[in-house]
Amino acid sequence: MQETHTIVVPDVSAEVRQQLLAFVLQLADTSLILAHRLSEWCGHGPILEQDLAMANISLDLLGEARSYYQYAAELEGRGRTEDDLAYLRSAVEYRNPLLVEQPNGDFAHTIVRQFLYDAFHYHLLLQLQAGPDQQLAAIAEKSVKEAAYHVKWSAEWIIRLGDGTDESRRRVEAAITALWRYSGELTTPSATEQALQQAGFVPDYAAIQQQIDEHVTRVFAEATLPVPQGVFMQKGGKTGRHSEHLGYLLAELQYLQRTYPGLTW
Amino acid sequence: MSQKEWPLWEVFIRSKQGLDHKHVGSLHAADAEMAIQNARDVYTRRLEGVSIWVVESKHVHASNPDDAAAFYEPANDKIYRHPTFYTVPDSIKHM
Repeated sequence: MQETHTIVVPDVSAEVRQQLLAFVLQLADTSLILAHRLSEWCGHGPILEQDLAMANISLDLLGEARSYYQYAAELEGRGRTEDDLAYLRSAVEYRNPLLVEQPNGDFAHTIVRQFLYDAFHYHLLLQLQAGPDQQLAAIAEKSVKEAAYHVKWSAEWIIRLGDGTDESRRRVEAAITALWRYSGELTTPSATEQALQQAGFVPDYAAIQQQIDEHVTRVFAEATLPVPQGVFMQKGGKTGRHSEHLGYLLAELQYLQRTYPGLTW
Repeated sequence: MSQKEWPLWEVFIRSKQGLDHKHVGSLHAADAEMAIQNARDVYTRRLEGVSIWVVESKHVHASNPDDAAAFYEPANDKIYRHPTFYTVPDSIKHM
């Protein structure tokens, strides 16, 4: 189902265009890396129904990543394609936040990572949808319906794991302890994002953080889980300083194109 | 780890406004909300539905196959019960 449509590039200075390119690549990398992580569950889900749910979410994110990469290729204007951008950039060139590259761990880790991301993703898309960049607004308008489902799905799981059995409780608490430290980077603007916020292309992250806090607090309360306070937040992914995990992930993701350049099927 | 299975749920999907919910299959889920989410993921991936019902399978009471003769055969020779003597206008679909 290849859709053909014209990509509208906003009329901005070369400098802003470069910043926009970096931001769009960051969105693309984030969706792609999380899609890949979820795809690792395919065939290994705890039950068939959840295996399918995770594959569905993975495919939603992959579709979103493709839209961003296509737009990034257009913004860059150097003849690179969406595939070049996904398959032929190294880990230090990737701009996804640390959270999404974290390993799947057990099901509770996957759910906590997903929920922390979904809460951000959903509220970000709501803003981008109303933003000044036509292309981003169009992608966001399509993706926000998917993200609304993702956050509903992962929230329901947080509630069931938190307010479930002793074992599910123990596992979800361990996952929150391990992953909470990566949630802050999502709404901590990089230098590029700060510049774009001034130009109006990136929404106010403080306002988004407030919406996330309300959302997370509501779900955690229903899950009878305490919201962690005063955790030191890790960051680095958005500026290319990644954890060791991303290299391994990309080795698998990019293997075929690296080994057989230009291969198609 | 507990090996207790999640209960089974029967899934009914309405494919279009105005049509009935139809039984499409069954799935496992811990509770009703999750059964609806699972049904969404398992049975509506290809635009099959606009509405989902789930019913825990244990609440479905089925007729006994041994009763088939007593239940259904008496209707065989009562053709007058079928409204087949009416002409259905072309514009009426889904009869």
